[in-house]
Amino acid sequence: MTSLLFSSIGKKLIISLSGLFLLIFLALHLLLNLTALIGPDHYENVCSFMDTNPLVKVMVPVLALGFIIHILFASYFEFKNWAARPRAMSYAVPTTTKGVSWASKNMFVLGVIVIGFLLMHFCHFWAKMQLQGFLGREEANAYELVVNLFSKWYYCVIYIVWICAIYFHVLHGFWSAFQSIGLSNANWLPRLQLFAKIYAAVIFIGYVSIPVCFLLGWHK
Amino acid sequence: MKFTLKVWRQKNAKAKGRFETYKIDGISPDTSFLEMLDILNNNLIVEGKEPVAFDHDCREGICGMCSLYINGRAHGPDDEITTCQLHMRKFKDGDTITIEPWRSAAFPVVKDLVVNRNAFDQILQAGGFISVGGVVPDANTIPIPKKDADESMDAASCIGCGACVATCKNGSAMLFVAARVSSLAKLPQGRAEAARRAQAMVAKMDELGFGACSNTQACEAECPKGVTIAHIARLNREFLFAKLEN
Amino acid sequence: MTETKLQSKIPSGPLSEKWTRHKAEIKVVSPANKRKLDIIVVGTGLGGASAAASLGELGYNVKVFCISDSPRRAHSIAAQGGINAAKNYQNDNDSVYRLFYDTIKGGDFRAREANVYRLAEVSNAIIDKCVALGVPFAREYGGLLANRSFGGAQVSRTFYARGQTGQQLLLGAYSALNRQIAAGTVKSYNRREMLDLVIIDGKARGIIVRNLETGEIERYGAHAVVLATGGYGNTYFLSTNAMNSNASAIMQCYHKGAFFANPCFVQIHPTCIPVHGKQQSKLTLMSESLRNDGKIWVPKKLEDVEKLRKKQIKPSQIPEEDRDYYLERRYPAFGNLVPRDVASRAAKERCDAGYGVNETGLAVFLDFAEPIKRLGKKVIADRYGNLFQMYEKITDVNPYEEPMQIYPAIHYTMGGLWVDYNLMTTIPGLYAIGEANFSDHGGNRLGASALMQGLADGYYILPVTIGDYLSHEIQTPKIDVNHPAFKESEDRVRERVKKIFKIQGKQPVDVLHKKLGNIMWEYCGMARNEQGLKKAIGLIDELKKEFWTDVLVPGVNEDFNQELEKALRLADYLEVGRLIALDALTRNESCGGHFREEMQTEEGEAKRDDENYMYVSAWEYRENKEPELHKEPLNYETIKVSTRNYKT
Repeated sequence: MTSLLFSSIGKKLIISLSGLFLLIFLALHLLLNLTALIGPDHYENVCSFMDTNPLVKVMVPVLALGFIIHILFASYFEFKNWAARPRAMSYAVPTTTKGVSWASKNMFVLGVIVIGFLLMHFCHFWAKMQLQGFLGREEANAYELVVNLFSKWYYCVIYIVWICAIYFHVLHGFWSAFQSIGLSNANWLPRLQLFAKIYAAVIFIGYVSIPVCFLLGWHK
Repeated sequence: MKFTLKVWRQKNAKAKGRFETYKIDGISPDTSFLEMLDILNNNLIVEGKEPVAFDHDCREGICGMCSLYINGRAHGPDDEITTCQLHMRKFKDGDTITIEPWRSAAFPVVKDLVVNRNAFDQILQAGGFISVGGVVPDANTIPIPKKDADESMDAASCIGCGACVATCKNGSAMLFVAARVSSLAKLPQGRAEAARRAQAMVAKMDELGFGACSNTQACEAECPKGVTIAHIARLNREFLFAKLEN
Repeated sequence: MTETKLQSKIPSGPLSEKWTRHKAEIKVVSPANKRKLDIIVVGTGLGGASAAASLGELGYNVKVFCISDSPRRAHSIAAQGGINAAKNYQNDNDSVYRLFYDTIKGGDFRAREANVYRLAEVSNAIIDKCVALGVPFAREYGGLLANRSFGGAQVSRTFYARGQTGQQLLLGAYSALNRQIAAGTVKSYNRREMLDLVIIDGKARGIIVRNLETGEIERYGAHAVVLATGGYGNTYFLSTNAMNSNASAIMQCYHKGAFFANPCFVQIHPTCIPVHGKQQSKLTLMSESLRNDGKIWVPKKLEDVEKLRKKQIKPSQIPEEDRDYYLERRYPAFGNLVPRDVASRAAKERCDAGYGVNETGLAVFLDFAEPIKRLGKKVIADRYGNLFQMYEKITDVNPYEEPMQIYPAIHYTMGGLWVDYNLMTTIPGLYAIGEANFSDHGGNRLGASALMQGLADGYYILPVTIGDYLSHEIQTPKIDVNHPAFKESEDRVRERVKKIFKIQGKQPVDVLHKKLGNIMWEYCGMARNEQGLKKAIGLIDELKKEFWTDVLVPGVNEDFNQELEKALRLADYLEVGRLIALDALTRNESCGGHFREEMQTEEGEAKRDDENYMYVSAWEYRENKEPELHKEPLNYETIKVSTRNYKT
């Protein structure tokens, strides 16, 4: 098993599986967020459901573990790759190869950006909501938090930048995960890449629609 | 045609390299890139300077000996081509051309533009073969669907030049390893050892300091023989199944 | 002239039983003794790689040397079209006998009957072996192996892997070699060039090599030495051979007493991309398989030729009735699939008559318009896609739309070191296999036969015959590289290198090599005559002086020095070149690739002289004297020698 985990392909397997897991989380989270557009009551209902549902309680640490594994393995992976092509060995003329997507070359940087904003997100929401509940204190009103934050244009900009980083990360990560697990071939690769585009677009439009709606006052 | 050449010069593996600039004139557009370097070298020799060392052999795009990173691309500015098949008509008169060796931790420079690709041999020695000897069955005993044979041949087209490693931002040899594993995995003769082969070759690749694949697709874009990353997917599959069996 | 030194050791008995009988009669070495015996194999092409792998598998200690950075780069890799075998999978009445007869007839009856028959006999096992090793040969939809036709044959017996058959066969042999390297029976030495053969007590016992990366001169000893270093085509400077393919190893052995056989038999391949200018470094072959579907022609009218040269019209605009399909016209039975020597001379004849279709007047068309119309573009792309792509990359012309331009070029050398039936040269313990020997192709090699011979020698013949010699060596201890013979050889090598650096003349190696190439192509090319050959010998002698007084080699020995490599090789090419001319001069007949203008029929066909020249010429080196010619008569016991006829 260790020989699998520490092989180059094994590391990718872990990154891919945890990545796919996080993709599912991303979609679920979006669904919950979108209820905010329907109205405060729905949103509050969903929030309290999430607070009380035992399955969610179980899944929170699993989710955290998913993040940690994804981040740790990706960092280790990137570190090994730097060693294979040290900075001293970079080309004088930057590579001009066609057909290489920008996202694919910058997954690590994108990941770091995502984590950075994620921490901020934690401070703004998670720390004031779930964490408080966990500590037995009274939680902040979720809907109010949302209205508050998204009424500030600069916060919306930051949020949209974050979602952009997620968009690019998913755009490559989605099909790349299937490729790394071996679930791809000449026929399926273009299809997977198309699905990746659709999925990333749905995630992007979905998440971005919330601050945009709040900013423009289109929510109920 | 007239060109300004910026060529990487490095005395040996340990020495520090640097670029030298040379001017060259009177090149016919029908001249191949390596013939242009031949002319440069003859000029340098007559001027009493040391000629540029570069690897080359068949000059028809099949031996995989020639390398060169030209203006930011492995094998220069054309698709599905080796440097020896590149002709000067692909450049504009007066262009500045930067020529670098393959750069990767697993391919140390021998001299100037020549690198050591011995790591590729080692990977193949780890398992890139079918262990048969002595007397074997008649060639037509096992029918092989044309599609499988063709796919095997697609992968077997790899010439082992190292452009995939050179162009990969991770210095990964996955396309090279995948080409061999996939070619043999598609044939019934190769199945008997498929699991062992995939594990042994990947272990050797990791050991020799190549990076891992992050699916940028740069390798297939620069592969002179058009080997695709679909073969990498097959390698991943072969490897993971083999590991799961253990 | 003596023949005593040439013992061909052909076994007695009926032709079809000779090899079987021979195998039964010769000695074998026990596994325990094999482990004690060392064998050096020089070269890793089809012959060398397959031999080294097979010998390793048998249990010998093998050391294998190649000049490239990996055994896989050997020039066998560039063979395109295919490999022959008498499988008769197509049920078109092929047989071992037919393959044998086609090959010996294709060679214009200048090869040994017994050798060629053995080659045809083992051809089938080669295909089995390659398939087992994972060579992805082309297949039919039913899953069975596909075949194509090749020049000089009326059956379909050529197995192929797209236009990369040589590559795939070499990768197969290389993988077998890798397996032995991993098992520890073979040790591989890359970027090493052989610079001398070491002989102790009359037997080949080792080699001196130069490490091409560091310049170190190294010694290696063994109980037997196998040369698989290919041919000497690069003597002509422009050839389809790889830039590093060279004749030095065989010439070192020639200088040490191995006889050089039939040097004048050089193959000029009809379908190569024409020379584009003075800066050209090598020529590119377009596979003979293209003649399966492609049709060769030149315009019938000289005014069309003029217009083509001025680029006023495109070849596709010339109407059918104004085209001269000269091969179909002259050789109706074989048409575009006549053997290589015949096709080359026919192209030269048309170009000499002024019908050459490019600016230099040295090109004919190879046209695919008709087959594309008949079979569709996809089928043609499937068969020749990579060749078409290669052509377009080099010439910037799309062969799907306009015909290819082709012209003959030096491609293969049938001559090589003289070997007996066991593939041993006149030096005991020194073997030569593949293109490095002379044994199977006579005056002309048929397409798809080189791959067959390389693998036959390496997989099936040498591993058996070498046992006979080594069975007498089991008492010989490991060869000590401190023996004075090694020192003497090494000193001589160092002396030669020093001598070259001392010259510091004015001309780079390439300049001198081009001069040699021009002499060779002009006087020892597709057509030769007495006067020209004599002139060539004189010119080569002068050029040799020029080389040894005016060559300019920069740098030092103790470095990666490609100019030094080239200079050492050119010194040997000068010797081979002279030998080619000398052999051509003494062979006053037209035969296979050797065409003497004095010896032709009224129609311009080759005139062979069986009465006076039915022999293998074997040249013995003599210091400061002209080499001595030995003759091995060719006795045909089974077949009736006839005039080659590809017309009816």
